[in-house]
Amino acid sequence: MAKRVGMEVSLAIGEAATLADVDVVAAYPITPQTHIVEHLAELVANGDLDASYIPVESEHSAMSACLGAAAVGARTFTATAGQGLELMHEVLFVASSMQLPVVMTVANRALSAPLSVWGDHSDVMAARDTGWIQIFTENGQEVFDNVLCAFRIGEDRRVLLPVMVHLDGFHLSHMIEPILIEEKEKVDKFLPKNDYPLPLDPDKPVSMGTFAPPVIYSEAKKAQEVNLAASKDVVVECWEEFYKMFGRRYQPVESYRTEDAGVLLMTMGSYSETAMAAIDKLRDAGQSVGLVRLRLWRPFPTKELRRAVKNAETIIVFDRALSLGGQAGPVCSEVRSTLYGEAQKPKVVNIIGGLGGRDVTVAGFEEIVRKGVAMAEKGSDQEFEIYGVRE
Amino acid sequence: MAAKKETDVTWKDLEIGSIVVEPGSAEQYATGGWRSQRPVYDNSKCNKCGLCFIYCPEGCIRPQEDGYYKPDLFYCKGCGICAEECPKDVITMVEEEE
Amino acid sequence: MSENYIKFGKRQVTTEEYLAPGHRACIGCGEALAMRLAFKALGPDSIVVCATGCMEIISSQLPWTSWRVPWIHTIFENTAAVASGIEAGLKIMKQKGRKPDKKINVVANAGDGGTSDIGLQALSGALERGHDFLYICWDNEAYMNTGIQRSSATPYGASTTTAPAGKRSIGQVTWKKNMPAIAAAHNIPYVATACPSYPFDLMEKVAKGAAIDGPAYVHIFSVCPTGWRCPTDQTIEIGRLAVQTGVFPLYEIEDGKYKLNVNVAKRKPVEEYLKPQGRFRHLSEKDIKYIQDRVDKEYTGLVEKVERGKK
Repeated sequence: MAKRVGMEVSLAIGEAATLADVDVVAAYPITPQTHIVEHLAELVANGDLDASYIPVESEHSAMSACLGAAAVGARTFTATAGQGLELMHEVLFVASSMQLPVVMTVANRALSAPLSVWGDHSDVMAARDTGWIQIFTENGQEVFDNVLCAFRIGEDRRVLLPVMVHLDGFHLSHMIEPILIEEKEKVDKFLPKNDYPLPLDPDKPVSMGTFAPPVIYSEAKKAQEVNLAASKDVVVECWEEFYKMFGRRYQPVESYRTEDAGVLLMTMGSYSETAMAAIDKLRDAGQSVGLVRLRLWRPFPTKELRRAVKNAETIIVFDRALSLGGQAGPVCSEVRSTLYGEAQKPKVVNIIGGLGGRDVTVAGFEEIVRKGVAMAEKGSDQEFEIYGVRE
Repeated sequence: MAAKKETDVTWKDLEIGSIVVEPGSAEQYATGGWRSQRPVYDNSKCNKCGLCFIYCPEGCIRPQEDGYYKPDLFYCKGCGICAEECPKDVITMVEEEE
Repeated sequence: MSENYIKFGKRQVTTEEYLAPGHRACIGCGEALAMRLAFKALGPDSIVVCATGCMEIISSQLPWTSWRVPWIHTIFENTAAVASGIEAGLKIMKQKGRKPDKKINVVANAGDGGTSDIGLQALSGALERGHDFLYICWDNEAYMNTGIQRSSATPYGASTTTAPAGKRSIGQVTWKKNMPAIAAAHNIPYVATACPSYPFDLMEKVAKGAAIDGPAYVHIFSVCPTGWRCPTDQTIEIGRLAVQTGVFPLYEIEDGKYKLNVNVAKRKPVEEYLKPQGRFRHLSEKDIKYIQDRVDKEYTGLVEKVERGKK
């Protein structure tokens, strides 16, 4: 029987992993992910989750142990944040290029220096090119749901890729929200068992991770790119199935009140819900403004984004990370790149904020929309603006 | 895949994650082309101790039906360890003529 | 595959080659020899993790492989961590009834660089957590694969490309890091040193380490003619000299108790071991005396530990 519980989002992740009957958890604690790995340890210690819990000695080893577990066909899960994601950086590339499905929730956290344990997207933006499927979430239910989807997507034989589920550090990870914990029978119907096609097995010896001289490396990379791009269809199909079974719908790009909007605000992650409230207020005041949210970050939903912004005149991309020394925030750069070739394209302006856990209120988003519209109309002497910095 | 030349392998030929599924497929590479000297056996001295089989880094000295040992020149790199270690001086290293 | 064996006295050695010939190791490579022998002892029911290094590069050029057992290479410094994941994955899958309850050796392989330098953290973590696996350090005393650069396992006085002998330097100025002692400090059930010049001792130790419940660490001395600059046919002899001079003693530590496997009553002078190797060519008499004194001290200390263990 599905039950609606008031639960800290971090703990709901453990519940999802338990329903998914995860085999191996290899994780290292780091704020603000600690409650995720603590609850998982508790579930294992009490026998609620039958899994091997490896308390590794660093995040680099966490991802490495996950590779090993996935390579023998175990359903594998881990979690990290900020510096932890950076420490395992080189291993991330290996997980995806070796096609070892691992599911990882990242409690997005700002990167040092200065040290910040609070949320922003700088950790995930540094992992853009790692070859993982990456999904953003906006509230606790979405996190729970997408952890289940992540296993199904990543382990699908047409995909066989690791998947990151992103949730904002503290803003989501530490919030107590009402979450519908689905019943085991239904989850079992939705989520097939892990059946990795070529595991390490003495009965059928294979070699994983051979080295590639120049004559063959490009072929390996093309194969990887084609596979990652094609995985989008599996993601969409999985979300369709999820909707049919559980009634909650997820899409690569989601639009809120964009039907006739001349101005679009674009956000990712939990701030989207705050932004929605701002859109409502602006709409009440007569402004033709809507919100576009990117849910699927990798593979980038190019077609869906172009469709979603087709009739707008202005897009205000709100980034939660800087691309230091670059021409715009990471999301804005990708949006511009996506729209560059379009015959009809809106103006794209960039405002960066919410860094290091700084809140953006509903009024704040209203101001961001005002600022963005002004930037689009009058131009700006800066490539982008950082919102809310004390000058 | 084992028979294909690496320059013939297309991106579609590669397995998932570039996994190599044929065990030992690299055995088609003739390391024998590396050597400048090769071992020559005089079995009349041999006591079939098997140490040459043990000490060959290539694993290419193989036991024969009659209990003697023979190096597989397809692989032999001519290191000379077998000749050096043979307790009965069965093996002589001979220069390869070019 | 039907297995054939060759009898050596009471012992049997399989004729199966789990590392197929045709691999690209240097001529006379002691490490490849040791690996070939180790896998005869381990058998086909093994899952092999390999660090970046000589043994990985010579055996795994896409699209082929020299391996006839399941094998995985990821990166340089995480061998013990990957092995931990494999071990934990196999364990839970057997527990959940998804895999037969059959013993599979989980074997982690890394060079001296991948063990005592960049891989030390992962190794320490895996040993501390008590995973049931065998870790083998393939010690050719430098980062040989990338061009003979120094490691913390490079012996005192050896010339390497990043610690070369020169007018102002003797080469390696530090004493070789004692990895077996570090492994033993984790209170694991089995630690051993081995050398392919003593092939049956090596094979027994590898088999023992694999069979033992819990973590086992075997440190294998791998003569490298290319990096040590010695003739390719001297691989076995130089390994033998290392043991007979006390430079690389062969011993086991079982549950903390030391046992000497080859007790050399009258050790040969270290000079006999150093002289045939180009990497030591620059050493003066004073340097060699320093090395002799230190080897004497270390060996005496080892014998003392062995004696204490007997009590």
